[in-house]
Amino acid sequence: MRRVGEVILSVEDVSLAFGGVKALQGVAFDVREHEVRAIIGPNGAGKSSMLNVLNGVYHPQQGKIRFKGRTFADMDPHEAAAMGIARTFQNIALFKGMTVLDNIMTGRNLKMRCNFLQQAAWLGPAKREELEHRRAVEEIIDFLEIQHIRRTPVGRLPYGLQKRVELGRALAAEPQMLLLDEPMAGMNLEEKQDMCRFVLDVNDHYGTTIVLIEHDMGVVMDISDRVVVLDYGRKIADGSPDEVRNDRKVIDAYLGVTH
Amino acid sequence: MALGTLDTFPKLLMHHAQVRGSRPAIREKDLGIWQTWTWKRFADEVRALAGGLATAGFRRGDHLALVGDNRPRIYAAVCAAQCLGGIPVPLYQDAVASELVFPIQNAQIRFAVAEDQEQVDKLLEILPQCPTLERIYYDDPRGMRHYAQPQLLSYEQLLKSGEGHAALVEREIDKGSGSDTAAMFFTSGTTGVPKGVVLTHDALIDRARAVAQLEKLADDDVVLAFMPPAWIGQNIFSYAQPLVVGYCICCPESAETVVGDMREIAPSYYFAPPRIFEALLTQVSVRMEDAGAFKRWLYRYFMGVAKRVGTRILERKEVGLLDRALYNLGDLCVYGPLRNVLGMSKVRIAYTGGEAIGPDLFTFYRSLGINLKQLYGSTETSVFVCVQPDGQVKSDTVGPAVPGVELKFTPERELLIRSPGLFKEYYKNAQATAEAKDAEGWFHTGDAGYLDPDGHVKIIDRAKDVGKLADGTLFAPKYLENKLKFFPYIKEAVAFGADKDRVGAFVNIDMEAVGNWAEKRNLAYSGYTDLAQQDAVYQLVAECVEQVNADLARDPELANSQIHRFLILHKELDADDGELTRTRKVRRRYIGEKYGSLVDALYEGRATVHVQAQVRYEDGRTGTYSADLKIADAKTFAPQAARKAA
Repeated sequence: MRRVGEVILSVEDVSLAFGGVKALQGVAFDVREHEVRAIIGPNGAGKSSMLNVLNGVYHPQQGKIRFKGRTFADMDPHEAAAMGIARTFQNIALFKGMTVLDNIMTGRNLKMRCNFLQQAAWLGPAKREELEHRRAVEEIIDFLEIQHIRRTPVGRLPYGLQKRVELGRALAAEPQMLLLDEPMAGMNLEEKQDMCRFVLDVNDHYGTTIVLIEHDMGVVMDISDRVVVLDYGRKIADGSPDEVRNDRKVIDAYLGVTH
Repeated sequence: MALGTLDTFPKLLMHHAQVRGSRPAIREKDLGIWQTWTWKRFADEVRALAGGLATAGFRRGDHLALVGDNRPRIYAAVCAAQCLGGIPVPLYQDAVASELVFPIQNAQIRFAVAEDQEQVDKLLEILPQCPTLERIYYDDPRGMRHYAQPQLLSYEQLLKSGEGHAALVEREIDKGSGSDTAAMFFTSGTTGVPKGVVLTHDALIDRARAVAQLEKLADDDVVLAFMPPAWIGQNIFSYAQPLVVGYCICCPESAETVVGDMREIAPSYYFAPPRIFEALLTQVSVRMEDAGAFKRWLYRYFMGVAKRVGTRILERKEVGLLDRALYNLGDLCVYGPLRNVLGMSKVRIAYTGGEAIGPDLFTFYRSLGINLKQLYGSTETSVFVCVQPDGQVKSDTVGPAVPGVELKFTPERELLIRSPGLFKEYYKNAQATAEAKDAEGWFHTGDAGYLDPDGHVKIIDRAKDVGKLADGTLFAPKYLENKLKFFPYIKEAVAFGADKDRVGAFVNIDMEAVGNWAEKRNLAYSGYTDLAQQDAVYQLVAECVEQVNADLARDPELANSQIHRFLILHKELDADDGELTRTRKVRRRYIGEKYGSLVDALYEGRATVHVQAQVRYEDGRTGTYSADLKIADAKTFAPQAARKAA
């Protein structure tokens, strides 16, 4: 069975503010290797901000991030990617006019060693490298069962498949940690089930650590090992799905409470 | 060794490995690239597999179940079982688990080869009911890492365990003879439990060879294997005939990629049931409707030309100079590109069979220059009974008997056959065998038909389904259904009328075609059920029914079979609900019982009928559906004397 390992990422006392808006206030949690870790919370709870802090899009004013034994005051997107963190976006960020194959190929960008001139001249090393990358991409296409749309421009695909392609591009970087920003948002039931299966398969097959954000509680509870709950930028609960589900503060945050 | 002494499939394989060892035998698209097995590689794989099976205790006479799509390894396993004198039993890969129970229990199957996790799951699910099942070998290891069942072993492990047993395997191959059982196919069973049809090497090889000679098949022919391997038709084209002739078969990447793969491979020899041709035509029509005005005009104009002279040109008959020039121009602008899109630019021989094909559909392909022909046969006859030879192709017959086949008809018009390709027996079912095959060796096909003046067989319906209306005139439901189904908007139809005074019908609309049609008219709909009940859609279907009626009115025999009332069903008929067979034939009787209240409503003159039905979703949950279905009247026509010359 899949073994959940040591802590690979920990967030300590992170605060982030945009002017007067306090997006995150003293949030701390950790992620273990190989686990599926969810961050949930109502709208505006700070979920996406948290994810953006993790891969260096936002720089917190306070706190520390420890990843694979190194400590950072903030991350840098390039550095994060180089250290094995890949992500998908809440509103799909693919190249609409490019095919599925080419989109996923862009995920290999950081792994390409040949320079522009070698590639343009299609020299031996560039050719060998291309074949190797193509193979990796084809394996992902096979894994995500999207062979039939390999050559289709992404813009022509339905939403659910675009999400799957985006997951494919993130996988192409062979990440150690995958950040998924609302992977199930806007999907119908069948698409959600497919996506759940792929997330679990990725976690199982590649051993990828997964941090995902969702506001759909049902989905999260089914596939996560541990769940962090944010509300108004603060952590209000942290634990197994069952613990979180029965937590008074979580219920109040979701259903509202009269004060 | 002379070809004639090669009386089993393993012997044929070893022969090809020697004489054309480096030529392609099987291709499979894997990770986006076509990978080739040569005949030598195929033979090596089979030898090792057979060695592995022998080591595991697979003995002469044992059955090997195969559950999977067209994959080189599945075909290798078929041959490996035959090497050891065993009997491969291919099962439908889209069958639900419970449907696999009967064959496995019936043949007390001990060994199974499954394609992937999905198939393994089904076999594991029925394991408690099938205690004889000892070993399940799986091909694709994806998702299988956490399976610890002792029955499971990977294909790789089986292959490895078989190395170094070549001599033993060769000895076993030599022991085989043509009269041994080569394979067992379970019939889809439109009624009752399935029956295992036992076929010998002799039967399959004889029929495969007879048609190979008739059509001059050669080892540079190419076939795309995309129908279920458990269907005898696919097996003949992608196993028996390649082994007899030495041609290459190609396995598509997945069921969704067949169209694209077909374009890449450009097969020269093609076999598909009519519904595939129908679906392809629907796709073409729908895409043409989306095209610009000029392209639509071009398509319509040249399809008119093709309709007028295309078939005659294909058959090398005389055609006027202007028409010939127009057709050539059309070939450049429309037919050629269209053949290319369909993946049929290199098709030399295309067959259809298994069901009647609409004459317009049939002519459509022929007028494009695709040599589409009909054949007739069944599992029990190793497929080939009748084939239309080049130059003798008609849309309403299935052609004359293939050399070697004797035909005759009973007074009730049932077709009887005697042929070297006939099955040996129904497995463990002497009674059914005796009913189907009489003492003189005539096989009762159950199909009704007659010989036309040229000696071609014309099939009208299943003998048991041909009934009479209350007034005693002929009622051939399938004939009516086929006429309806030819319209692109109608996917399935079920006609009722036996012993009634008039004919009524259920209709399933074609979601793709009607959906597109609705979009063009800005009709909003939420799904099949909603679309099906819209008035405009009823009007659309009513027009189709009227055309059928107008057609029927012209035939004095069938004028009384005009369809008076119809309704569009609230759900699509589905094999998972038992309404269609796995080969997608409608089970008229079952549907009539299941929807009895709807049938009654057709005849009671009501304008709507209430249905409440349990529906099963794909994830296994069930829910209930209830609604009022509309019933519509269709215009009928007074019978016309058949004065018009044919």
